[in-house]
Amino acid sequence: MKVPENKLTAESPIEPIPLPEKVIIPLHQNIGAPCETMVKRGDKVLTGQKIGDSERFVNAPVHATVSGEISATTTVINPPTGQPAAALVITSDGKDEWVELEAPEEPEALSVKEILGKIREAGLVGLGGATFPTHVKLSPPEGKKIDTVILNGCECEPYITSDHRVMLEYGEKVLSGLNIIRKVLSPDNVYIAIEDNKADAIDHLEKLIVAMGFKEDFKIIPLKSKYPMGAEKTLLNTLLSREVPIGGLPLDIGVIVHNVSTTKAIHDAVFEGRPFVERVVTVTGVVKNPKNLLVRLGTPLRSLIDYCGGIDGKASEVILGGPMMGISQPDLDFPVTKGTSCVLVKESRPIREQDCISCGRCLEACPMYLIPTMLAKYTKAGRYDECQKAYIADCFECGACAYVCPANIPIVQYIKVAKSELIKRAATK
Amino acid sequence: MPEREFLVSPGPHLWRGQSVSKIMYIVVLALMFPTAAGVYFFGYHALSVIVVSVAAAVLTEYGVKKLRKRPFVMDGSAVVTGLLLALILPPTIPLWMVAVGSVFSIAIVKEAFGGLGHNIFNPALGGRAFMTASFSVEMTTWVLPMGFGADAATMATPLSSSFVWEADKLSLYRELFLGNIGGSIGETSALLILIGGLLLIALRIIDWRIPLTYIGTVALLTLVWPGVALPIFTSPWEDALFHVLAGGLMLGAFFMATDYVTSPITEKGRIIFGIGAGILTVVIRLFGGLPEGVCFSILFMNAITPLIDRYIKVRPYGFKKRVRSES
Ligand code: SF4
Ligand code: SF4
Repeated sequence: MKVPENKLTAESPIEPIPLPEKVIIPLHQNIGAPCETMVKRGDKVLTGQKIGDSERFVNAPVHATVSGEISATTTVINPPTGQPAAALVITSDGKDEWVELEAPEEPEALSVKEILGKIREAGLVGLGGATFPTHVKLSPPEGKKIDTVILNGCECEPYITSDHRVMLEYGEKVLSGLNIIRKVLSPDNVYIAIEDNKADAIDHLEKLIVAMGFKEDFKIIPLKSKYPMGAEKTLLNTLLSREVPIGGLPLDIGVIVHNVSTTKAIHDAVFEGRPFVERVVTVTGVVKNPKNLLVRLGTPLRSLIDYCGGIDGKASEVILGGPMMGISQPDLDFPVTKGTSCVLVKESRPIREQDCISCGRCLEACPMYLIPTMLAKYTKAGRYDECQKAYIADCFECGACAYVCPANIPIVQYIKVAKSELIKRAATK
Repeated sequence: MPEREFLVSPGPHLWRGQSVSKIMYIVVLALMFPTAAGVYFFGYHALSVIVVSVAAAVLTEYGVKKLRKRPFVMDGSAVVTGLLLALILPPTIPLWMVAVGSVFSIAIVKEAFGGLGHNIFNPALGGRAFMTASFSVEMTTWVLPMGFGADAATMATPLSSSFVWEADKLSLYRELFLGNIGGSIGETSALLILIGGLLLIALRIIDWRIPLTYIGTVALLTLVWPGVALPIFTSPWEDALFHVLAGGLMLGAFFMATDYVTSPITEKGRIIFGIGAGILTVVIRLFGGLPEGVCFSILFMNAITPLIDRYIKVRPYGFKKRVRSES
């Protein structure tokens, strides 16, 4: 499916924004278990100091992203989970004093276990938005052979250009991080998937691959710009003609997909011992100067928008993520978190839901070959078990169906309701 | 700058902006081709039939919505229904009958079922079926195209048993193609229907599967069936071509059978729909008591569309047939 790309910031180099006066660090920024706080009010912290961690495996620790003092604890609603999460507020002392980074003498000589340890300690999660802890993704269950690793540089969501800029400006680190993954998993094939609307990134990485001596190991595959190309399931289908079983993971068919910003951060974690405290965020839409910013995690959205010259034009919504899968965030004091790739300021869609006219456009658009309108109808009727029989688990909420619907039906919204109902029911059984 | 209030709305936050009313008005636009042919061949009265039918449809929709205390949206669907109904009526039909039929289409066939999106039957065809039952004489009186001015001379439609053609075959096909022949207001010109229909396919408003399978099935069956419709035909090909061009098939296949609400939602389902309608049409034309079967074939397929949609499953991504362990 074609969607207007609106990549306003494709040409804008990444700019670091000034350190914020205070940051808000939610203790739950990954899929999986939340962190327990390791500090209390009044504690002094250094940039990069671990302030939250958990015993659980499916978790990634969180770090202070500025130096200063823990000034408060608060609660935020964390978009990835929709649940309220405790958060720590750090008031910056303006000095940005870092913890001492433990860069290994010989990064090449690290064992797999040591590498995974460093990735975990850095608090890395999937930066494409899924926020699944990276060390977990790199630890396939015993006996599962991963034959293919895919580096995902598709960035098929309109507006977002953070991955694009990361490929252009941190290309070496991206590839170095990918090479670390290759060491950990020793797959047979490593592919780099990039949409053909980023020809400069394809060229750039192509040259780097040669220069860095990865010619035998990595293969770039340019893909047509199409939505939702970058979604794992669609990507695998296009690239390998393999389908992930319903309700399963790419892992089940021997594939692991990583996002380019994640592999860049893997490089930083392993080669420099650098915890994950900042990321590239595209700030776009109706702001005065749309930009790609290098932002400390925990920076309030307001600072990003102000740095880009403020809102300039008609806007009614601030969206975290891209326009297709992003989530509205009305509170501008909300912080940038690990999964924030984009802050989009936009006019909202007119909400005037009509009855379904059975035009079939949603079926045509659905990359999972579902019947989205039926899922919406079953949900409206409260027949969640029918949703399940109609393979609702396959839906990854790409929004393509609702994008094309002429009757303005918020299909994805209905699907989310049904999914959470089904989860609730499964829990009480 | 004072703090703004920001909204929360469900994603996606981007939309194609193809609304129901835009789709409807594109259909109206495409229907202007057969409409123009109808007015050209059948003159003022045909124009009046069209105006009355559309006006009655829109007013009825407005009235029913008000009675049901629902918001009235000028989404264009009533215009489409009114226009379609007019195009499948005989050119000399009295205007009051047109109004009755149009009211029936909207009030009973569409709104009584819950309005756009909930109706089972195509409203225009439902209206026409009702008129055929109520006004049997007027609904079967056909005239020679007279354009503006000349008096109407009655003439049988090509599919009726009393139809005779004295000129050569080639001129018959030419008139069938251009539309200079007896029949319903908008059904006679295959050429202009084709232009409108192909326009809708090109704009991706309608799915090509239904018209193709529908017309294809009719052509195939009349090709293999040994009899011929008119004594002047000497080969089955001539007979098949005649069946494709004559009567309401073209208009029905492109504009009625493709109605979203009353046709299946899956691609497979639509193919079944087209083939089913084709078979029924041929059966009615060859063996039924009626000269034409398009209207009732599509209505019948409308009735079983919910069943088709229930039983035709699409294979979702990643679906593996589960091995049954028991039974
Ligand atoms: S959001 Fe809609 S289009 Fe996307 S996978 Fe789910 S049902 Fe299909
Ligand atoms: S796109 Fe919208 S109107 Fe069309 S079938 Fe799907 S839900 Fe119904």
